[in-house]
Amino acid sequence: MSINEFAAYGYFFLIVFLVVVTYSYIYHLYKNRKDSSGVDYENYSNMALKDDISDTPVKPISKREEK
Amino acid sequence: MENRPLEYDYTVAKMFMVTTIVLGIVGMGIGVFIAFELAFPELNTVFGAGLAEYTNFSRLRPLHTDAVAFGFTLSGIFATWYYVGQRVLKVSMAESKFLMFIGKLQFWLYVIGVAAVVVSLFMGITTSKEYAEFEWPIDIAIVVVWVLWGISIFGLIGIRREKSLYISIWYYIATFLGVAMLYLFNNMEIPTMLATSPAGETGIGAWYHSISMYAGTNDALVQWWYGHNAVAFVFTVPIIAMIYYFLPKESGQAIYSYKLSLLSFWGLMFVYLWAGGHHLLYSTVPDWMQTMGSIFSVILILPSWGSAINMLLTMKGEWQQVAASPLIKFMVLASTFYMFSTLEGPIQAIKSVNAIAHFTDWIVGHVHDGTLGWVGFMIIAALYHMAPRVFKRELYSKSLMAAQFWIQTLGIVLYFTSMWIAGITQGMMWRAHDEFGNLAYSFMDTVDVLHPYYTLRGIGGLLYLIGFLMFAYNIYKTMSARPVEESELQNASPMGA
Repeated sequence: MSINEFAAYGYFFLIVFLVVVTYSYIYHLYKNRKDSSGVDYENYSNMALKDDISDTPVKPISKREEK
Repeated sequence: MENRPLEYDYTVAKMFMVTTIVLGIVGMGIGVFIAFELAFPELNTVFGAGLAEYTNFSRLRPLHTDAVAFGFTLSGIFATWYYVGQRVLKVSMAESKFLMFIGKLQFWLYVIGVAAVVVSLFMGITTSKEYAEFEWPIDIAIVVVWVLWGISIFGLIGIRREKSLYISIWYYIATFLGVAMLYLFNNMEIPTMLATSPAGETGIGAWYHSISMYAGTNDALVQWWYGHNAVAFVFTVPIIAMIYYFLPKESGQAIYSYKLSLLSFWGLMFVYLWAGGHHLLYSTVPDWMQTMGSIFSVILILPSWGSAINMLLTMKGEWQQVAASPLIKFMVLASTFYMFSTLEGPIQAIKSVNAIAHFTDWIVGHVHDGTLGWVGFMIIAALYHMAPRVFKRELYSKSLMAAQFWIQTLGIVLYFTSMWIAGITQGMMWRAHDEFGNLAYSFMDTVDVLHPYYTLRGIGGLLYLIGFLMFAYNIYKTMSARPVEESELQNASPMGA
């Protein structure tokens, strides 16, 4: 197999892989209301709506800082 | 000082707001001037034959494109980043002296870079690559500015309180990474002073002069991979970042579907980078690559409309706000123009349509309904939303803002309708031939026919510029002449009469 042929096959399978990943992600979003950490996706809008420095974060960086 | 409650620090955002407005006036002013030069060629020498070198169309055109893209738009992106970034990450620039220093350094180096670009382009020093005209010393300065911005982005993310990154932050990161990659690869160039000619001469040309590392068709391919994705990562991705923050914020409405915003993000990232080939239809690049460029351009409608529809649906049940607030009008029309130009672009990228559209004014019209309608309106809206919050003052005038909206909208409509007619007329005339294959028209025949449309385009651009000057005045008066707001502003921006 020449290097060009190898690159072409590699390219093809990379595209197939990316398509599979993208569609799995679409399916995941379609299927689930919450993400893996248990937060409703739609709650993330509050990151913009409640963005004063004193507002409680949607998902604080650590439990300690939540207080 | 220690006892004061923590506040967001908008120092750097304010600095970039100033360059957004100043460079907007410069870039759009030059644009209007060269639009009239096309309609009335005698304007090329209006300041005398001695200055014609500096006032002719070809010298000024890259100054127009670079000033609006890398001056006005980039400044707007930086200004909004230094505002939105802090807020959605819930961390203040005041908390890090280092990030504050980096932000200011980025600003001042950016200003020096802009000055170098303006001077060198006026002098006619250029690499002749569209939107990448800067010679290597300026390229290096631009890379430094960009790296500083990256440090700002990731530094702020590093000290954030909010663990998740809001969708706008994804888009800002994509802007940073996308432009970094595109800029580096397209500007691979060799200073001619390092070259040796076949005859053995060394130190050829001026010290700042360089040539592209790629040749011929390869150079064209890399150039349009860059050129089209500059549209993607300067005119699209960061502007979506803005609308995903500012429209929900100003209207008080949550994004219609946060999930859809994630989906369209990955869709856009996946598809956009392949579409650049449509700039090279019917050229010497391989046929499969041209077809790929066309196909990916058409697929691009999906993620683009995903974002645009998400924005319009965010206003669901709240359309009275569009009627009541000129600020929301700007954003709703911006997303409408986004839908419009992301449909128009793919249509132009279809090979059979491109056979008529290529090299005509229709392309220029397409770029401008995207940039004037989508990019310009969104940046204007973002600055209007930011102004009362960063200056802690009510906006100077609502009626001035409303008048600006209608004047600029009329300007855009005049611009793209005249360019549609001009472009399609041009394309048809170039192709027309008799039964023996002799061309029916000379180039000058088309120029005669296009004259009224070029004049209309100039008037459209002038109206947009007038609106932009009203915007500048409104912001200036907000800074200087309005009462100070004491309470923390939530959603709708307060406006004076």
